[in-house]
Formats: sequence, C-alpha cells, structure tokens
Amino acid sequence: MQVVYLDNNATTAVAPQVLEAMLPYLGDLYGNPSSMHTFGGQVAEAVDTSREQIAALLGAEPDEIIFTASGSEGDNTAIWSALQSRPERRHIVTTRVEHPAVLSVCRYWETQGYRVTMLGVDSKGRLDLEEYAATIGDDTAIVSIMFANNEVGNIYPIQEMAELARERGVLFHTDAVQAVGKIPIDLHHLPVDMLTLSGHKINAPKGIGALYVRKGVRFRPLVRGGHQERGRRAGTENVPYIVGLGVAAQLCAKFMQEERVDVARLRDKLEYGLLERIPECRVNGDIEHRLPNTSNISFKNVEGEAILLMLDRLGIAASSGSACTSGSLEPSHVLRAMGVPFNYAHGSIRLSLSRYNTAEEIDYVLDKFPGVIETLRAISPFKG
Amino acid sequence: MWNYTEAVHDHFLHPHNAGPLADANAIGEVGSLACGDALKLYLKINDKDVIEDASFETFGCASAIASSSVLTDMIKGMTVDEALKLTNKDIANALGGLPKQKMHCSVMGQEALEAAIRQWKGEPAVPHAHEEGKLVCKCFGVTDAQIIRAIRENNLKTVEEVTAYTKAGGACGECLDEIAEILAAELKQKPVKELKPRPKLTNVQRMQQVLKVIDEEIRPQLAADGGDIELIDVDGKRVVVSLHGRCSQCRSSNVTIANLVQRLLREHVEPDIVVEEA
Repeated sequence: MQVVYLDNNATTAVAPQVLEAMLPYLGDLYGNPSSMHTFGGQVAEAVDTSREQIAALLGAEPDEIIFTASGSEGDNTAIWSALQSRPERRHIVTTRVEHPAVLSVCRYWETQGYRVTMLGVDSKGRLDLEEYAATIGDDTAIVSIMFANNEVGNIYPIQEMAELARERGVLFHTDAVQAVGKIPIDLHHLPVDMLTLSGHKINAPKGIGALYVRKGVRFRPLVRGGHQERGRRAGTENVPYIVGLGVAAQLCAKFMQEERVDVARLRDKLEYGLLERIPECRVNGDIEHRLPNTSNISFKNVEGEAILLMLDRLGIAASSGSACTSGSLEPSHVLRAMGVPFNYAHGSIRLSLSRYNTAEEIDYVLDKFPGVIETLRAISPFKG
Repeated sequence: MWNYTEAVHDHFLHPHNAGPLADANAIGEVGSLACGDALKLYLKINDKDVIEDASFETFGCASAIASSSVLTDMIKGMTVDEALKLTNKDIANALGGLPKQKMHCSVMGQEALEAAIRQWKGEPAVPHAHEEGKLVCKCFGVTDAQIIRAIRENNLKTVEEVTAYTKAGGACGECLDEIAEILAAELKQKPVKELKPRPKLTNVQRMQQVLKVIDEEIRPQLAADGGDIELIDVDGKRVVVSLHGRCSQCRSSNVTIANLVQRLLREHVEPDIVVEEA
C-alpha cells in the first residue's frame, strides 16, 4: 500500500542525492581518514567537505562542527562539556518541554547534586522571558533550550535568550534537531555557544549528527580515545554517513526558502481542512511561531492510539502524544506542561510534513480522516 | 508499534456490540478521561439471571476497544454467576493475548462487568475500587485490593508488571515503593499454583478437601488477623462458612470471604465453588 508519510518529525526519508553520495564510501572508498596514505587521505577530504557544507548551512566555521552519532549524543556532550569545564557552577536551566535527550540528562545531573530549573510554558507552549531572565545567575553553568519543539512545532526566541545568557556570562546550548533545515539559522548573528543537529531529521540517514561548538568556548569531550575530531570526539569517523549528512545540509541550504513556503502551504491546507471537517478539535501550540511542517491537533473524547491505528490501516503514518502509544501511561509531557485538558490531551495527533508530500496526499488524508474520528466518537462513552 | 494479535485488530476495527443498549437493566462504568481509558458496559439480564444482551462504549486505545468488544461476545448467554467468574486473563486469552503493557485493558473489562452486576444486584454503584481497600495510586485511583487481586490472578512478580496490569504507579511514580511492599508481602505468601484440570469430585471427596484447605490454608491466614472460620455446610458446590473473631466484625468481611476463602477453595478444590456466609 502507498503510504502517506506525515511523521517527518520522527524521521525522514533519505534523499536520493544523499544515498548516491554515500554509496562510494560504503564500497571502494573505505579508507580511514586518519591514515597517512593517499587512499585514506582522499576520504579525509570528503569528511572536510561535509564539515564545510554543514558549517555553510548554519553560518559557522568548519572547525566548529563536531560529528556525532546522534542528536542525543550532541545534547549529552554539550551539557557534559559545560559542566566539566566550569565545575564550580552548579545550576542548569532548561524547560519542561525539552526532548528526553536533554530532559533526562538534566534529571541525571540533578541526582548528582546539580540544581536544575525547568521553565514552564503557557497554554500555547510559550516560555516567559522574564521568568527566564530571573532564573539565570552567577551559579548557572549552562542554559539548554530547544530551538523548536518536536511535538507542537513551537519555535522559541533563541536570539533573545542566547543574548541574555551571553551578557551574564552563561553558556547557551540549543537542541536544534527539529529546526535545522526547516528554518534559517545564522550562527554569525545568533550568540549560541553550542547547537545540536541530527542527520535523520534532514533527509540523511539515522546514526549521524553534529554538535556545533563556538570557537573559544571551552570544551571537554564526552567520548575520549583517539585524536579524531581534533580530540573532541574519539572514534573512527563514520565516513559514509558524514558524507551523507553534508549533502543533506547542502540540500537544505538550497531548498529551504521555497520549502518553507510550499510545505507550510500544504500543512495549512491539511490543518484548516481537518478543523473545517471535524467538530471539537483544537490546534496545540503557538501557531504564529511554529515550524512550517508541523501541526498538532487534539480531537476531543477519542484516544490517540486508536486514531493512529485506524489511520495506519488507511496508509497514513502519523504520531500521537497519547499515553498509550508510548507505553507510558501518561499523555505527552509537552501537552501536560501546556495544561492541555485530559479530554483533549489523550486524543492528540502530530502531523509533520516534508518536501516529499503532495497536495494529492493531503486531499486523500482530508477525505479519510474525518471518518476515523466519527467512528471512534460513535463508540466513546463521552459525548459533548 | 504494538504487537497486537489479529483478534485484537479484528475486534478493534470491527467491534461487536458497540453503542448503548436501549433496554439495558445493568450498566457498569469504569475508568475516566483523565486515565486515558474508560468503559461503559451495558447488560440486559433476564429473570433467569441470564445475560441476554450486552454492549459497550469505550474511550481508549485499540486494546481497550478490542477487550470491550470480545467481553460482550463472551458474556452473552452466561448466567450472572458464570460471568462473575470471568477473570481479566480470560478476556486477554480470548484475544489471543495482549502486550503486557496493555493488560490493564482486560482488567478494565472485568471491572466494568463486576460494576454492572453490582448495580443489577442493587449493591452500591461505586466501582469496587473505592469500596475495598486503601487508595495506593492517587493518579489512577487504584487501591491495594485491586493491586493484590491483579498480583494473585495473574501471578505477577515485578512492580513493572503490576503497573502494566493496573496502571498503578504509571504516572508520578510516588506509590512505587508502596506497590513494591504489597508485592513483597504477596510473594512471601504461598505462590498461587497454576490451575490443573482435576477429576470430578464426589460429594464426600469435595467435603474432605474443603475441610483440609480450611484447616491448612485458610484458618492460619485468618488467625494472623485474629479471626477464625467454621465450616457449616457443603451443599454441592455451595460452601457455607461462619467467620469468628475479628473477621466477623470487620466491615469488609464480605470481601474476606470472596477474596480469600473462595479464592483458596477454588484454587485447591474446584474452580467453581461458591462461598456463602451463614
């Protein structure tokens, strides 16, 4: 069955250009970039090219890019490095709506004696900048706040928050896994010290990511060993995937402007269409400051997993903030932080688009989706 | 993605007996919007105590809907007494099994069935959750009695399993230590043996076995709480007992009989014994 894939915040298709660029490095070009011979040296060049491509997308210097195996590794490393390089500072600032890759790391450091402030959000998932300003003190080692939220798509005011952190002499890290490639980021003008990105969210494969560390920022490696990545991340480079990530970054830089408009248009068509056709649903998040590809809608009195499985039967792939989908028993921590009422929170569906979606696909979804909600509401004991 | 059986998929996508039942004379409601799943079970019970018709309305995931659907199929045509013997395991088995994290859906089915029958009998409509036992999990409203029952009926060994079957401890986690204590206390008791098919008993054999179980299993447990038990009569599968000491004054002596004496006699003697208090 043809699948309408609307789960691009979970992972994306590997772009054909990316795959093509990778293949030689899974074949003949298997050299080790650290080797002294030409056979390895030509591979080292490919790694450098990728570093340049990523730096170009972000407005960074190639030296400021460290390859990692995942977004989670980037987040872990950033927080580790900040705490290790300023051991006298014992305070971490983050938010309640972070990805677990930051949230659980902060909770871990809390058990190690650190004080952690988790900033709350309002009903649209927005942070309070005054509260933020009041939180940062002389003891703060790092602020880690996501660039954009994976569940509702909110884009946070990173510029203002990073500027304030810099004024106070506090390191600022942002998990930009959902933002990179979807919205412009220019680190020449954005005073963040560290930024995490992940390959598989931008049409590169899984298992590759990068951490940006601004020149001059003290760094302590998480993975120690060989001298790779100039001693900042040991382990022989994952060359094919690094090459793929570079090409993916290049594609983002090339197509981002038009995609932002095109994908947002499709997303809006989908969102307005669903709101028009289905009574008693609401959009979660801050629709004025949102990723162009993400829509999070809650359907009253129905449960998210049931919706997902019915959509799945129709060949529509989406995700849900419902408790049942995760195996946990509580709905999404993001929706709870936003105070979304239970009768809506359990029935939340995230639809996240990509450049590969078409208007025909959206029409198909708009045709099928209302029937799913109607069916489930008909057997729900909660009416009205 | 959950590894659901074909039966779960079938009952979820094409639920049987969905929707309210106009001439229902018993309705059981369990769960809530906050919990993430809820079931309203409708029964039509005739004057011979037979469940003539059943239907459901469910808010919840695929396994909650499938459990409700298969439950209504199972109980149609059963007498009230037969229906009361259904366990959550029976419901899960009828679906070819449920993922462990989803077992609470089958427990919800069994609880709704009990709630409906209670209503039909004219017993207080409160779900049995709040009537017996002390509240352990405040997030999902689960009592120690529910937890103990899930442990015994499903032979649970870990706190994680208790959460999967009852939801208790699945949210804030504050009660996890308490669950661990309940579990430890339960596991120290003689482990519940798997029911094996037994040969049919004669009246004399049944009487002897009932006496033996009361002496060896039940009395020592009641004695621990300062109570005692006396066998009054064995009439076919109906066992009449009298409780003494602290048990007889206890507000929840009905619970003691149902949960302890009957359970042990069913386990050790015959699976369909009914215990009554003289």
